[in-house]
Amino acid sequence: MRHGKYRFLAGAMALPLLLYGVFVLWPYVQAFYLAFTDWNGLSSGAKFTGTENFTKLFSDPLFLAALRHNGLMLVAVPLGTIAIALFLSAATQRTKVYRVVYFFPQLLSVAIIAVLWQFIYTPNSGLLNGLLRGIGLGSWAKSWLAEPNFALIAVMVVMVWSAVGFYVVLFTAAMESIPGDIMEAALIDGASPARIFWRITVPLIWDSVQVAFVYLGIAALDGFALVQIMTVGPGGPDGSTEVMGLGLWRNAFTYGKFGYACAMGVTIFFLTLSIAALFLKATKRDQVELA
Amino acid sequence: MNPTRRVLLAGAAAATLAGCATSGTDNDNASKGNKTPENPLGVPAESALEVVIFKGGYGDDYALKAGSLYKQKFPKAAVDHKGIQRVGEVLQPRFVADSPPDVVDNSGAGRLDLATLVASGKLTDLKELLDAPSYDDPAKKVRDTLMPGVIEEGTFDGKALILNYSSVLWGIWYSKSLFAKNGWTYPKTWADMLALCEQIKGKGIAPWTWQGKYPEYINDPLISMAAKAGGFELVKAIDNLEANAWKSPAMIAAAEAIYQLAVKGYIMPGSEALSHTEAQNAWCKGQAAFIPCGSWLEGEQQAVTPAGFDMVMGTVPALTASDKLPNGAVMAASSESFLVPAKAKNPQGGLEFLRMLFSKQVSKSFVESAKALPVVNGATEGLTLTSGLGSVGEAQKAAGANIFGFRFRTWYAPLSKALDDASGELLTKRINPAQWAERVQKAADDVAKDSSVKKHRR
Repeated sequence: MRHGKYRFLAGAMALPLLLYGVFVLWPYVQAFYLAFTDWNGLSSGAKFTGTENFTKLFSDPLFLAALRHNGLMLVAVPLGTIAIALFLSAATQRTKVYRVVYFFPQLLSVAIIAVLWQFIYTPNSGLLNGLLRGIGLGSWAKSWLAEPNFALIAVMVVMVWSAVGFYVVLFTAAMESIPGDIMEAALIDGASPARIFWRITVPLIWDSVQVAFVYLGIAALDGFALVQIMTVGPGGPDGSTEVMGLGLWRNAFTYGKFGYACAMGVTIFFLTLSIAALFLKATKRDQVELA
Repeated sequence: MNPTRRVLLAGAAAATLAGCATSGTDNDNASKGNKTPENPLGVPAESALEVVIFKGGYGDDYALKAGSLYKQKFPKAAVDHKGIQRVGEVLQPRFVADSPPDVVDNSGAGRLDLATLVASGKLTDLKELLDAPSYDDPAKKVRDTLMPGVIEEGTFDGKALILNYSSVLWGIWYSKSLFAKNGWTYPKTWADMLALCEQIKGKGIAPWTWQGKYPEYINDPLISMAAKAGGFELVKAIDNLEANAWKSPAMIAAAEAIYQLAVKGYIMPGSEALSHTEAQNAWCKGQAAFIPCGSWLEGEQQAVTPAGFDMVMGTVPALTASDKLPNGAVMAASSESFLVPAKAKNPQGGLEFLRMLFSKQVSKSFVESAKALPVVNGATEGLTLTSGLGSVGEAQKAAGANIFGFRFRTWYAPLSKALDDASGELLTKRINPAQWAERVQKAADDVAKDSSVKKHRR
């Protein structure tokens, strides 16, 4: 009967595998091929140009700026998000209402989040400047998204804001699975809450934190939708919020340089893979056995 | 949604040199009927016609009207009209596979890049249409019924490949009622403009605002003034990427003039971060007196313009006393790019459709339904126009032959981006006019040096 089982499995898997192959793997293969051509998106053929696209990429000032910005986001966004999420989940562990409230941003699409925050940042009638003026800090009010020194930070704040809720829920769930007697024992031994948090809670939920680093790292290499909708230009002012995804989109759809854009895509693909592997390795700790 | 600057200019782009094996551009001529005076383009009477129209701010009523004229003349032909958005996404695979529709309005955000279409040889030469007798008057050729500059704008290397339908003029907008109330008159020279700004500021109104989130809006008054001061030679020098064109005295003087608005504090604070909607709404609320924009502004602001606001468009003031172009000269371009694909199954039908589209009756219906000016002469005859559209029509009449337009935005998208970025910095005083010219000239030189970019000349 084993034979029949495999036949059934093969039959059941054939269609999904075929669809996956056609709609996921094949485009990847095509993009890898096109990265070595000068395809303009419309012509029926394309000329093979070797590694020219890739060498150009690393002397393209906008792409280098995008690399820097994504690099900065890669450091700041996961750290910021995880720190805030850990704090909030520890501080509000017993009140479920907050968890629901924190989760709200997760229910909104990125486009809506970007538009909402644009209203918060807008200089004359925006919430942020209104708040600053209201508490007598009017001199701090500025055109947040139009100042080269603040625009990228403003975008990163939105990234953190929109991600925190999900990780609060993730960390709280993990914290709930920590056996109560461990906490009790620590309390009886006279450990302070901070000590309990760092020495017991964090190590016991480290798997979740590790997952958070990988996911947030991948998200930090993107940022396209927020930048595209929110920022001046977009990608400005003067390239100060340029990210790799935006450069890819602009080269493909505005400049008609699909080959070059594919080279960017391939580069982003390998960067993301390496970052994920790196984060997994760097955050690796010995498993704590609960038993 | 009404057309915005973004929609009109989206996709204005440079071409990569398609040095690759593109398919030929010869048509399959089995699809030609007999040419007769009634059927000057030799349309096969029974062949189906597939029309794809961008259905954006202007709607697609006018194209439906042209389709019904076609159906009347060729009752046996099936007319398949598709009014869609995201034209590029829908048509890109069909152009790659060489099975495109017969006629396309390639417009709106996400349209196909025109320069790339041209470079890939995907378009039919429209000469046959332009030399055909016009729909209304057989004694007049189609080319003689169109406004000046329209054919040139769609001409690439001597071939007319694209025909734009809607004409757009750029100027500076103000509220006639606000100006009448305060006794202000629209300035003729930039010196007068600055003097008036001082008066307006004194009344507690910001003299200017602009759509800072999309810095290209401020480029229009800037390069318009430069063109008026430097004349058609300057426009050509810029488009032909000539050395130091962006550093020419007229261009630097124009940058300096616009820069003065920022230096003297005539710009509404925060404008640099406002989207076009935010800036234009603030202007409609009377928070600022002037705003630069193209002739679509009235339609775009329809829903939020207070009654009695009476917006009108003024042509950009003269930069110097010795400007090479007269005061009424105006920057114009056309949009709604109609084309007949080279591999269309019924190219003659596509051309005939365009002949009907550019007729008086269809263009009149465009004025009424789309609230914009078509490029067909005399389309507004006998119609009552709103204050904004009326002022645009008058500006066009006053300009006569002194209508100019820059082509570099469509030809070289990376140069456009560099200009936009630099102008955003100029208006926030982070760079000065000399640095502005330096940066834009460098971007132009980079494009000129880049052998992978197909060059155009005019």
